[in-house]
Amino acid sequence: MLILLVLACAAIGIPLLALWGDGRRGAALFIGFNTLTLLAILALAVQVLRDGAFTIDGGQFMVDDLSIVLVLVDGVVALSTAWFSRSYMAQEIVHWSLSRRRVRLYHAMFQTFLTTMLLALLTNNMGILWVAMEGATLSTVLLVSLFRTAEGLEAAWKYFILCGVGLAMALFGTILLYFAAQKVLGHGADALLWTHLEAVRGQLQPQVMAIAFIFMLVGYGTKIGLSPLNNWLPDAHASGPSSVSAVLSGLLLNVALYAVLRAKVLVDGALGPDFAGRLLMGFGLLSLLVAAFSMLRQRDVKRLFAYSSIEHMGLATFAFGIGAPLASFAGLLHMISHSLTKSSVFFSVGQAVQSVGSREIQRIRGLLELSPLLGWALMLAVLFILGMPPSGLFLSEFLIVASTLQVQPWLTPLLLLGLGVAFAGIFPRLQGMVFGSAPEGIARQPVSGIIPVFIQLALIIVLGTFIPWMLVQWMQHAALLLLHG
Amino acid sequence: MTITAQGLTWGIPLLRLLAALLLLLAFAMLAQRRLLTLIHLLAWQGVVLAAGTALVALLTGQTELWLSAALTLSLKAILIPTVLHRLLRRLQVRGDVEAVLNIPLTLLAGIVLVIFAFSLAAPITALTGAVTRGMVGIALAAVLLAFLMMITRRKAISQVVGFLAIDNGLFFAATSATLGMPMVVELGVALDALIGFVILGIFFFQMRETFDSMDLQHLEQIREE
Repeated sequence: MLILLVLACAAIGIPLLALWGDGRRGAALFIGFNTLTLLAILALAVQVLRDGAFTIDGGQFMVDDLSIVLVLVDGVVALSTAWFSRSYMAQEIVHWSLSRRRVRLYHAMFQTFLTTMLLALLTNNMGILWVAMEGATLSTVLLVSLFRTAEGLEAAWKYFILCGVGLAMALFGTILLYFAAQKVLGHGADALLWTHLEAVRGQLQPQVMAIAFIFMLVGYGTKIGLSPLNNWLPDAHASGPSSVSAVLSGLLLNVALYAVLRAKVLVDGALGPDFAGRLLMGFGLLSLLVAAFSMLRQRDVKRLFAYSSIEHMGLATFAFGIGAPLASFAGLLHMISHSLTKSSVFFSVGQAVQSVGSREIQRIRGLLELSPLLGWALMLAVLFILGMPPSGLFLSEFLIVASTLQVQPWLTPLLLLGLGVAFAGIFPRLQGMVFGSAPEGIARQPVSGIIPVFIQLALIIVLGTFIPWMLVQWMQHAALLLLHG
Repeated sequence: MTITAQGLTWGIPLLRLLAALLLLLAFAMLAQRRLLTLIHLLAWQGVVLAAGTALVALLTGQTELWLSAALTLSLKAILIPTVLHRLLRRLQVRGDVEAVLNIPLTLLAGIVLVIFAFSLAAPITALTGAVTRGMVGIALAAVLLAFLMMITRRKAISQVVGFLAIDNGLFFAATSATLGMPMVVELGVALDALIGFVILGIFFFQMRETFDSMDLQHLEQIREE
């Protein structure tokens, strides 16, 4: 029942925020609903810890070791974002003179997005998973164009069309999956349930499954931001409010990768591990390299970190493609560390952009002088995203490189090249932004919205140094699940 | 799913006829310059789709598919085209006729896409019984043709028509090739289509407000350095 409670806590917020989501009340309600959801998620995690994976409602909803980890991260990032959004949006509302209606739209759409993310993770039905992903796209289109600038509209249009077409491909893949499943499981609602499919995955028609997986990989891969389908991602991240950029990078990309992983388990059973694994490694490595080199020529700070998200998702995708238990473990660790770190980066970058009034990297200077709290937040978050110890990303990147050396040694130089170029793309810019003297005539703004960054940074250090035993246990089980079903 | 022998003799050829019509309409859209006619073609595709769903419902005796057919008819054949039609008038898109790339060349590319779709679907088709043979290929071809249309158009409305046509092709795959997806999934997909359409409507007005035009050429400001 706790699964339904989690979804209900999130879903009830949508109509209420649509009605009363403006002013101080709106921000408080937004935080309130996400606190409730996180509490429900924690209760769910305790139950999973006690009972292990389970399904409810005739198998329609499911939680297992893979999804609970992502649901937990989802809850934490959602609450931090709600907290950050309160002070951040208060300033933006003044700056863009947003109407009360538009603020209600913002909160309601945001809550819809968070609900669809949880639904995607907790459903057992591959069809509903698609519906939730499409819902997530639709709810974020109007958030990207919230400020109604020409740039925002362009980004939102591109996002809508590219992701819409991508998801259409994923739907075709899902239809083909059902087509293959029908032969084994018969006609009816049960034939798309993941747990049922997984039980008979060896009997699914290999030819159909291969084509189905390619369509799903291309479709959901568009949402992961895999190259060459990543065009929408930097635009959408740059133009929308920073709170939206944080959840796009922190939650949406992860959930899209999760969808691909669920499909991978099924196709592995039908075709053996090499087929899906090689595709994932290829797309992952390509995205990593393309994004790393693109970073070198960015002048917009939010675009820079959007490309960094593509790089990290590429790395995680690559890790899952390697097909060793250690690599899958590292991939999961990378996903959750990236989620926490990148949302922290976007919180602090958003605050910095708001203070300085420009997204151009060259105009953001001397943040430590402007506001020590903000300067430290940005510096630590960016150092962590670069994979500096003791962050969780250091550990996961180390493990990914180590298992690449073990399994596919000739790919290691390419991997290291990508990581090195990405470092060169970000690190020099960081110094300019944080140190030096602040530009003249900038009023200090309240930075209380930055506090969740430090909480998340603490969590990331925990992930990098001393991972709690239950997380280790979940991720180990999930890694095995991804390899052997 | 079982289909009676009687149904097999007339039902399956009729379903094939509808599939062919769907593909024909997809080609017609590719060649159509006038936005108004484009919307009419989309509506006809909706009608074909609803007829196909109703036929499958009749042949297999699944009552829930009747609901799906009714939903398709009201949504894809009536509501969405009507709204698009009114949007076109309300927004007064200048020049009903749109400059399109070389049409014969586009059609040739379309033929290549159809061949590609059929060859891609061949291994799947080989596995199925006589009933749904070729349906996956036709649906995939319709999807790819709509995709091609989206790429070659510049007006926001024709891109949306292309988007909806992709949706039609997918829907056809779902009903005719698999004889109906699970109801909960179909309802979800329909709901998403509806919400997406509402959001597009809002979006059009935002675009109109900001650019005073519906031409996507205005949307080319973000350039990478």
